[in-house]
Amino acid sequence: MVVEEIPKETLLWMYETMVKIRVHEEKVAELFAQGKIPGFVHLYVGEEAVAVGVMANLRKDDFITSTHRGHGHYIAKGGCIEASMAELFGKKTGICKGKGGSMHIADLDIGELGANGIVGGGIPHAVGAGLGIKLNGLDSVAVAFFGEGASNQQNFHEGINIASIWKLPVVFVCENNLYQISLPYSKQQAIKSVAERGKAYGIPGVAVDGQDVLAVYEVAKEAIERARRGEGPTLIEVKTYRFRGHFEGDPEVYRSKDEVEWWKKNKDPIKLFEEKLLSKGIATKEELDAIWEKVKREIEDAVKFAEESPWPTKEDVVEDVFSTPTKGVLVWQW
Amino acid sequence: MAVVREITFAQALNEALDYEMAKDEKVVVMGEDVGVYGGIYGVTAGLYDKYGPERVRDTPIAESGFIGTSVGAAATGLLRPVVELMFIDFLGVAYDQIYNQAAKMRYMFGGKAKIPMVLRTTCGAGFSAAAQHSQSLHALFVHVPGLKVVMPSTPYDAKGLLISSIEDDDPVVFIEHKGLYAIKGPVPEEPYSIPLGEADVKKEGKDVTIVATAAMVHKSLEVAKKLEEEGISVEVVDPRTLVPLDVDTILNSIKKTGRLVVVDEGYPRCGFATDIAALAVSRAFDALKAPVKIITPPATPVPFSPALEKEWIPSSEKIEKAVREVL
Repeated sequence: MVVEEIPKETLLWMYETMVKIRVHEEKVAELFAQGKIPGFVHLYVGEEAVAVGVMANLRKDDFITSTHRGHGHYIAKGGCIEASMAELFGKKTGICKGKGGSMHIADLDIGELGANGIVGGGIPHAVGAGLGIKLNGLDSVAVAFFGEGASNQQNFHEGINIASIWKLPVVFVCENNLYQISLPYSKQQAIKSVAERGKAYGIPGVAVDGQDVLAVYEVAKEAIERARRGEGPTLIEVKTYRFRGHFEGDPEVYRSKDEVEWWKKNKDPIKLFEEKLLSKGIATKEELDAIWEKVKREIEDAVKFAEESPWPTKEDVVEDVFSTPTKGVLVWQW
Repeated sequence: MAVVREITFAQALNEALDYEMAKDEKVVVMGEDVGVYGGIYGVTAGLYDKYGPERVRDTPIAESGFIGTSVGAAATGLLRPVVELMFIDFLGVAYDQIYNQAAKMRYMFGGKAKIPMVLRTTCGAGFSAAAQHSQSLHALFVHVPGLKVVMPSTPYDAKGLLISSIEDDDPVVFIEHKGLYAIKGPVPEEPYSIPLGEADVKKEGKDVTIVATAAMVHKSLEVAKKLEEEGISVEVVDPRTLVPLDVDTILNSIKKTGRLVVVDEGYPRCGFATDIAALAVSRAFDALKAPVKIITPPATPVPFSPALEKEWIPSSEKIEKAVREVL
């Protein structure tokens, strides 16, 4: 898609949001290495164009379901970085009060139905959101994000089939980053492209370069508009690459340093987008540098907020299991 | 006093669904063969004609997909799905959506999510349906925090508890014993609700407490009636909801009688019966005058042959013997 067709405001939002994800993730890597962030952390560095290209077409009343590599989706959907950073630390002020952590970042207020620790687990949730949208006569959409590994999983096949037969406003976005932890794409499935799987369910399957945010934007726009018109789901395969390991601390024995360096040098989505914005005269170097500075301050503020926030208390352990109080014993403790 | 008509357990459930669907457009029914077919036990009969294919949805055989769809729809707040898992034995193919997703979302999201869905399913042996269509796996749901688990034994309870379950904002697993669908009992025509977490003393007694679930309630009541003629007074307590559990009613009964027999059709190890026995010995030990007796099937798959299956299911004879042993 040519940049001239997209409002400057949207383009700068896209740039800023990609930068925000990059700076956030690199900061999280640093904090994790310092032992300040507990648990498993899976970073989105290198895949920024996917979340941003899709989310640029979404409204607040649209839904998404996310993956264990979900920080980018959350940020692009408009999440509060202070609250999510506090969550990564396990603090009481976290978006999930310190009960979910990195793999379960969720915010129903912005339609983020949850990152998911189970590969493919969230796919049917987007289908359910689509059903709710349809039966309530709304024009929202639901987008399910998942990896190429999840496209081998039952929830992918069952969910996509249900969305297809019921013509639900759901867009399935497969982030093919070429590795299912250590297993390369060629050893996961015999087909050349996950997008081919759309055919099995009678829906369009489209593959797109995931390092080109405008290409993702264009494909997502069409699929989302199609869903809003009531014409049913689309499967989008976004071909991308994660610049860091599967998780922080991954020794990455399954791929060469040269391969990673090639991607960083030639296919960095932020660099590529920046070149385009500059060459087309949409933004100046000064404007873009100012965005980096602003974002860095924002992330530093979020870290400060997280570090200074209190820990949850022991009473919090047994809170938030159920929503409707009932008679009898609900939360058991011998 | 007005005479209350008698209807079957299946009809009572149907009335609860009909009432909730009429009252709240967000309530949708989903599952295999719930539409035109009316459910293989007739529980959803007539709903398809009345509410149409949008709200009474036949699904492909994709349990993880359609239960997950219900979880997502419930989480958005746009719908209140009542989804049917035809046999509890099939839960393995969809278990992640129940125990990792529906059950945990609220907690993992720091109390922000509500998951107002009901998973209706069937349990129970006695039909020579063999080991993959006969189990009573309710303990697997009770085991996981975040699910409410309901298991009614009478048509009256079935209607009132299903209404409460659909109106509840948490994920509820509603387990129906196949052997109970045809039993009849008094059920008011008007809607009513029975609070979750309230046990029912099905029969009062002084000498022994039997805590029993689902079809075992009826067997225990038969035994109680028979022993009454000998002057043995048996109290039968039906928890009705396994989560939340009405601990007070159960403990009060044990403290009153000093003797406990637990009867459950679930497997013996780490099961619901052992849970109740543990409750008794940990919180009412001083009141016990005899060791607690537990009656469950043996730890084997459910056999096919009627001769074997009859032996497998807890019998009235075994319940009676247990009662005599604790006296």
